[in-house]
Amino acid sequence: MIPASFDYIAAKSLDEAISLLATHKDDAKILAGGHSLLPAMKLRLMQPKVLIDLGRIKELSYIKEEAGQLRIGAMTTHFQVETSDLLRRVCPLLPETATQLGDMQVRNKGTIGGSVAHSDPAADWPAAILALDAEIVATSARGDRVIKATSFFVEMLTTALEPGEILREIRIPGGKGKSGQAYVKVRHPASGFAVVGVAVNLAADGGKCQSAGVGITGVSPKAYRAANVESGLKGNALDAKTLSAAAAHAADGVDINSDLYASAEYRKQLATVYTRRALEIAASRLK
Amino acid sequence: MKKTISVTVNGVTHQNEIEPRLLLVQYIRDVLNLTGTHVGCETSLCGACTVMVDGQAVKSCTMLAAQADGSTVTTIEGLAQGGELHPVQSGFWEHHGLQCGYCTPGMIMASAQILQRNPDPTDEEIRHGLEGNLCRCTGYQNIVQAVQCAAKKMKSKSVAR
Repeated sequence: MIPASFDYIAAKSLDEAISLLATHKDDAKILAGGHSLLPAMKLRLMQPKVLIDLGRIKELSYIKEEAGQLRIGAMTTHFQVETSDLLRRVCPLLPETATQLGDMQVRNKGTIGGSVAHSDPAADWPAAILALDAEIVATSARGDRVIKATSFFVEMLTTALEPGEILREIRIPGGKGKSGQAYVKVRHPASGFAVVGVAVNLAADGGKCQSAGVGITGVSPKAYRAANVESGLKGNALDAKTLSAAAAHAADGVDINSDLYASAEYRKQLATVYTRRALEIAASRLK
Repeated sequence: MKKTISVTVNGVTHQNEIEPRLLLVQYIRDVLNLTGTHVGCETSLCGACTVMVDGQAVKSCTMLAAQADGSTVTTIEGLAQGGELHPVQSGFWEHHGLQCGYCTPGMIMASAQILQRNPDPTDEEIRHGLEGNLCRCTGYQNIVQAVQCAAKKMKSKSVAR
């Protein structure tokens, strides 16, 4: 399997990448780790005329705390997220998601920015990004634009990125007080993608749930926040009955995917069960 | 438009003019004639094409040769040093961590990375690390034993030093 011909340009800086993208427009695709784009090109599902590689732009690879947020550069690999001491301490949901993503070699090369920008309906990151109420920084010749994760995932393989924009950074708001987080998934046995993946970010005070972020991937053509699960938790004590009752709303109001591996009915059931499990784990970590 | 790349593979620097769409695995096998790296599924699932690029195990069927420009690559041919098998290679030998051998180069490269990062892994950690490498013969049991054996060899070596 060989991709169709293209020109390859290794950008030396983000500014150069932006200007190359402005020149080549729709003919060009941005290459990050390549673990979504290259398989699609080998199948000739995508045939860009120009690839603009961000792989040599070292300043796009970082994990840091700044202005009360966690900031992750687009070219940070899944492995770097998985093994970050900072993230393990302040946002363990991200390493827990990373370690379940793909496999070791994919995590070594694939990037968080590339995966999020690709917006595969069965990718793991969108669930975590949504549960954490993250922001996505898109940059172009016009400067930076900050997009809420909730408006970023538009449709299958479609994001709110506009022509000429490059995903530069992911920002996670700093937690207030103690949080309990978890990511659980039903892993497709062949591909490793999420048949269902549920990310949970809970905050509680005095035994009552202060805030709840529940992001679900794999179930629907795009990852989503499970609003009815969240509203079933907020203000309530996080006991087994509440968690179970809230989890029953995991697939409310969404179109449910159906494929050879999992029918819509089965997926919906998995979403409910795995949401309950994710909530239970996250709640247990609050203590 | 062709592109000139410079890649150091197993200690030897090569300069070649390539088409941008040439995959790293094709470059290694067809341009450099290092056929120890195998092409299996071609869809980044099976791991037979695993090589190290700048110290990171990657699937060379899902990387362009152009992306490796300026990099240091180690393939299965470059793992043995001074005529002596790498501990992972001898572990696979001693525990018969293979039957047909097709997945073996990738298995060994991935296992070397696992042990580099975690010198004392549990069986479960080895299996998690090898999730990206498929073997259709062995049932993985002997492979896990081979990696455990390699871990012991590497530990006793580092103690001896």
